[in-house]
Amino acid sequence: MRAFLAVLGRELRLALRHPADALAAVLFFLLVAALFPFGVGPAPETLSRLAPGALVASALLAALLPLDRMWGAEAEDGSLDLLLLSGLHPALIALAKAAGHWLTTGLPLILATPIAAAMLNLPTEAWGVAMLALALASLVLSLLGTAGAALTLGARRGGVLLPLLVLPLAIPAVIFGAAAIEAAGTEANARPMLLLLGALAALALPLAPLAAGAALRGE
Amino acid sequence: MANSRGVCVLETIDLACWRGERAVFAGVGLAVKPGDAVLLLGRNGAGKSSLLRVLAGLLAPAAGHIAWQGRDVREDPAAHARRLRYLGHLDALKPALTVRENLAFHAALTGGEVAPALEALGLSALAELPGRMLSAGQRRRLALARLALSPAEIWLLDEPTLGLDAASVERLGDLLAAHRARGGMVVAATHLPLPLPGAGEFRL
Repeated sequence: MRAFLAVLGRELRLALRHPADALAAVLFFLLVAALFPFGVGPAPETLSRLAPGALVASALLAALLPLDRMWGAEAEDGSLDLLLLSGLHPALIALAKAAGHWLTTGLPLILATPIAAAMLNLPTEAWGVAMLALALASLVLSLLGTAGAALTLGARRGGVLLPLLVLPLAIPAVIFGAAAIEAAGTEANARPMLLLLGALAALALPLAPLAAGAALRGE
Repeated sequence: MANSRGVCVLETIDLACWRGERAVFAGVGLAVKPGDAVLLLGRNGAGKSSLLRVLAGLLAPAAGHIAWQGRDVREDPAAHARRLRYLGHLDALKPALTVRENLAFHAALTGGEVAPALEALGLSALAELPGRMLSAGQRRRLALARLALSPAEIWLLDEPTLGLDAASVERLGDLLAAHRARGGMVVAATHLPLPLPGAGEFRL
């Protein structure tokens, strides 16, 4: 437990020393969301139709940004060897890294969601559900992304391979996330969609770190 | 470390390592007793670093196995990891963290006190400096300070003195002597003279 907290604590401390990384992901999220009005035209009804899907897709793309350095940086400076020799199970190392990614990238994206939602003319009553849906969807992506980054570690052009590997797996999160936000915007019940999204996160929570751990050990 | 001296506790049996299609080494039989030190010698690319990584369990051997007190270490990799300290040729230092924070992270992983370990390598005065400000020799000293954190039975050292000044090599010598006096084992790969009196040699 102490080692797990040490890995997580170091992730948070490093993120605080380099706040530009989290800021870059937030700005990327807002910029991608801002491109939609330019593309489909500024008509309010069209935008709010598009808003749920655009929000989830841009948030997931932004959350992918820091992933390709997640294990690469550790492998390049030799830290990964020491992490693997720490006696902490590789799956727990991966879980700590995933938690670190969610706290340093997912959380800032959730906090920025109202800004993106306003730009996309999402009805204000759906903002709460939008933040909740993005919280769960980004958690799923942090977990899948940790496994994907571990698998592509050492691969030539791993940075390109990673989204190709992770984004198809994130499709269910986009579907249920967008459906939850849309339901909240039309005053339908968003609860079933959020529960399904939660189920995805609950599924990825044990499986993705185990996959990442196995990939790291095989390196 | 309850073993009586004279009994080989770390052994490699017919160990082989492949990199792609090429055999790096094969048929390596190494035996280390408590208090022993073994210097791995060989030209560049002879597989000294690979052998250390195999011994650490970071690289799977293509053939053969490593035995600890007669038992294959693959039976319990976590226990093997806990009984060794591995110093690779990389320093595993985060430039954004201070010297103290860097070492405190490893102390949380392996146990041990940070302040005495910094003192042992003469890094106390630099404790609050961020890692990126350190010179190559100071970075190496910080990596070596991990060895001083808490006792472990096996030290696997890859070019431990690279970039060190004479005073630091002497400090490392004290650490190595204390480690061997406790019954600790050292396997080191190097091209430079190491402060390891009476060390055995193994040529790859």
